[in-house]
Amino acid sequence: MAELTELGISEARDLLAKGALSSRELTESHISAMAESSALNAMVTETPEIALAMADASDERRAKGGSGALEGIPLAIKDLFCTKGVLTTAGSHILDGFRPPYESTVTANLWQAGAVMLGKTNMDEFAMGSSNETSYYGAVQNPWRRHGDNRALVPGGSSGGSATAVSGRFAMGATATDTGGSIRQPASFTGTVGCKPTYGRCSRWGVVAFASSLDQAGPITRSVRDNAIMLGAMAGYDPKDATSANVALPDFEAALTGDARGLKIGVPKEYVLDGMPGEIEALWQRGIGWLRAAGAEIIDISLPHTKYALPTYYIVAPAEASSNLARYDGVRFGLRMPGDDLTEMYENTRAAGFGPEVRRRVLIGTYVLSAGYYDAYYLKAQKVRRLIAQDFRDVFASVDAILTPSTPSAAFAFGDKADDPIAMYLNDVFTVPANLAGLPGISLPAGLSDDGLPLGLQVLAPAFDEETMFRVAGLLEEAAAFNEAPTQWWRSR
Amino acid sequence: MVEKSLMNNYVEGDTGPWEVVIGLEVHAQVTSQSKLFSGAATAFGAEPNSQVSLVDAGMPGMLPVINEVAVEQAVRSGLGLNAKINTYSVFDRKNYFYADLPQGYQISQYLQPIVGEGVITVDLEDGRSRDIGIERLHLEQDAGKSIHDRHPTKTYVDLNRSGVALMEIVSKPDMRTAEEAGAYVRKVRTILRYLGTCDGNMEEGSMRADVNVSVRRPGEALGTRAEIKNVNSVRFMQQAIAYETGRQIDILEAGGSIDQETRLFDAQSGTTRPMRSKEEAHDYRYFPDPDLLPLEFSDAFIERIRRTLPELPDAKKQRYMDAMGLSVHDAQVLVSEREIAAFFEQVAQGRDPKIAANWVQGEFFAQLSKAERDIADSPVSADQLGGLIDLIADSTISGKIAKDVLVSMFESGQDAAAIVAEKGLKQVSDSGVIEAEIDKVIAVNPDKVAEFQGGKDKVLGWFVGQIMQATKGKANPQMVNQLLRGKLKA
Amino acid sequence: MNFNRPERSHMSVDKATVARIAHLARIGVAEEQLRPLAAELSGILQWIEQLNEVDTDAVAPMASVHDEALRWRKDVVDDGGKQAEIIANAPDGVNGFFAVPKVIE
Repeated sequence: MAELTELGISEARDLLAKGALSSRELTESHISAMAESSALNAMVTETPEIALAMADASDERRAKGGSGALEGIPLAIKDLFCTKGVLTTAGSHILDGFRPPYESTVTANLWQAGAVMLGKTNMDEFAMGSSNETSYYGAVQNPWRRHGDNRALVPGGSSGGSATAVSGRFAMGATATDTGGSIRQPASFTGTVGCKPTYGRCSRWGVVAFASSLDQAGPITRSVRDNAIMLGAMAGYDPKDATSANVALPDFEAALTGDARGLKIGVPKEYVLDGMPGEIEALWQRGIGWLRAAGAEIIDISLPHTKYALPTYYIVAPAEASSNLARYDGVRFGLRMPGDDLTEMYENTRAAGFGPEVRRRVLIGTYVLSAGYYDAYYLKAQKVRRLIAQDFRDVFASVDAILTPSTPSAAFAFGDKADDPIAMYLNDVFTVPANLAGLPGISLPAGLSDDGLPLGLQVLAPAFDEETMFRVAGLLEEAAAFNEAPTQWWRSR
Repeated sequence: MVEKSLMNNYVEGDTGPWEVVIGLEVHAQVTSQSKLFSGAATAFGAEPNSQVSLVDAGMPGMLPVINEVAVEQAVRSGLGLNAKINTYSVFDRKNYFYADLPQGYQISQYLQPIVGEGVITVDLEDGRSRDIGIERLHLEQDAGKSIHDRHPTKTYVDLNRSGVALMEIVSKPDMRTAEEAGAYVRKVRTILRYLGTCDGNMEEGSMRADVNVSVRRPGEALGTRAEIKNVNSVRFMQQAIAYETGRQIDILEAGGSIDQETRLFDAQSGTTRPMRSKEEAHDYRYFPDPDLLPLEFSDAFIERIRRTLPELPDAKKQRYMDAMGLSVHDAQVLVSEREIAAFFEQVAQGRDPKIAANWVQGEFFAQLSKAERDIADSPVSADQLGGLIDLIADSTISGKIAKDVLVSMFESGQDAAAIVAEKGLKQVSDSGVIEAEIDKVIAVNPDKVAEFQGGKDKVLGWFVGQIMQATKGKANPQMVNQLLRGKLKA
Repeated sequence: MNFNRPERSHMSVDKATVARIAHLARIGVAEEQLRPLAAELSGILQWIEQLNEVDTDAVAPMASVHDEALRWRKDVVDDGGKQAEIIANAPDGVNGFFAVPKVIE
């Protein structure tokens, strides 16, 4: 039954609908693939019993004539989403043993649509990282390796476990979150499709917060169509999240028209980096060529404040995180390390509970908000952030979408950047601006690097216009005809 | 040695006069069913952690959603404090760690509060009034409760109060005496209770005050202030101000300086001491809460609330004085609580307002306090008290009998007329009956008659007493007087 | 586009500052870690300071991602009454309370 794990969501959906396949069969095949993939360390918690119970319930519903958009489809859930009664760690020691008595809105929406939970995916601690090396539960390995090189590569981060589960063919799709690129960068590194929708499209309720004004949930899948289907099931207005947008939820799948006519695609000159590998530039040019060939109009644009997006992000995100992570204090849940008094208990708990990257960002965030520095750092960053958002608003007056590379490089090896925080932060240079501006963006695999690693292209669209984003991504996907997959070297039997 | 000067409110120290400067931060619990950002109940005194939502407990991924009534109540309060209402305000996070602060921050309003500057008039004991400035009013979350005395080595935390909506009302440093501070708190309490935005119950903690006290030489710049917390009654607040004033003057006169610090009031000793747990300098790292968008509403929203405001105590007091002819004192007492004013107005309806005012705050209040009841659960209704006053007005009973009737009314809950009929207390105004009694007394007391006729006017009172005794107090006193004089002169 | 990596290596954050912010953030940091952390944070802050190149004099800070006003909910009690759930994950929960090392006010 190994081939069942090669199915995409839309294909499985059709087979399930025809009765050619049961959710139980589909789920079982993914459960065994997941069990055989432990070498990748993509899962923090596997929930095979829950998966089978959900699959059976799905088959029963289908037998009675009911079926949701993801009826019977087995998915992996990033361990940042609170799942009722199931260990939820955010990749951190500090959430030791935490079993939420509640279910996040996004996962609840997925179960409502009939989906099946395979387990919780590994991730950078509190979603802070671009390589998955900061997880308390150990790094995730990228299923991909360079041609003729057995060195393990990072899957990207922070949603590295989700991207790996999908790329490694043991989940049909996975939830992920993106604060500065945490969906799109690992998708690019693993040859998968990852979309960060417009800020406010998916509810943040029940998702462990990293940086509230930037965090947004989205799906990682193996095709653009699957992505559109899954986002449709995840998204929707939630009155429990004051930043959730009360806007109509379009049929994203229907946006995949394959029609490029009339599309104006912006190509920002600021996304050419000094020292960027030639293959990234070449991939981008190929993408531009495909869209032009399909009939779209290519327009050179300028997003003048792009250069300042990363430093802005590294003020805003740590500032919000320093406050969001204050609740991890050993009082109500998670890890507690003893101390002689309350303050010592806090300091011991948080010293033991947070890893070095989380500590670094909490300290930076505390510093930039502290008395005497607020105006120079935080307020300044919020002003530059407005300029960055305004740049996009200005260009979207004349273009429908923007095409860029997803990342400035292909996946790198473990330890390559772990000692240099800023080099690591530079990974997110192309993805961060969309978070700052709250815009939707998608990364899809568009080719291989010279040494055989997947490379992604990114499509950005105006707020709440995921339809155009998917439409353009669909055109690129078709033209790229990317059908490479990692050899399953990790499978144990 | 600290002495108070009456003329200018200065305090005489050993080295000269000092001026005390007081500012107050009143924390008033918003009257609402549910909390500021969650659907958990706000009721007082429930089982620990039973009125707590996942949001109030700061669980991972939980998000705040604002309660519309809290917004309305804040606007309503702002209007009652004659303050500027800000149609755009921002919620900020105030970051600090404490066991009963589950999020690790309090959601509050820092730079852009919902209500800006206002002013209220406070009434002082000697009948003077003073205007006290309001700096701002903002909405914020209450913290939970730490219980330190249940376990030898542990503090227990109950989050039932966590997330309850509070209005922090900050005064300008406009007060100069403990009396003014007390009058200010009472006035704020009265206004909020009139508005129905806070029940003002200080025992249950729904109103608390932090007191900022500093002293300075008259005319000089403001001194360094100490903030006194844990003051939960007006009396304690005044004690705390008196103690703190003395402490600061003693330090300054000894050549020392005042530390800007938070001090805790100890009700048992009536003193203040530095808070041990908050010694370190605060750096709250305020920033706009990214889980909440700016709070915005229209002028029409404000006007809609304005139209539903009740007549507030100052306006009421003025009306009682101007239209009803009451004294300042009477008017002040009657408007002190909305329920008392409403009771009084019901009694005064169609009656002489001055007589109604006398009865309400005289005999009625005395009986109410004797019965240990509030006006809200008075055994005698406003209409019943009005009925009693009517019996005096139409001479059915005398004022003196009426006082006894009121006692019976409090005991039985019966109407005045029923008690008068049942006990046969109807006043005797039949001149024949009264004259017959007078004749009897005159007949057996010729010596007293002679005394009166010899010019001893005081004897008249003795005669009145005899007649009243003979008629069990029911004789119409005016008629007794009048008829006695006629007969004695003859 | 070119990212200016800071060339200067002066420390904008010293050991004492790291100790102060670590205490504000209630993260215990061992004495020997203060200096390396100070160097690391200084490096990041210097890199961040390139924002000073941007003229923001006439720019209002971004208050929220989308220009929307806050939505309000009805004042209805529809939550609470779940003491067991609230304290279920507590490292130390006693008689319905959370317990922490004794605090002296």
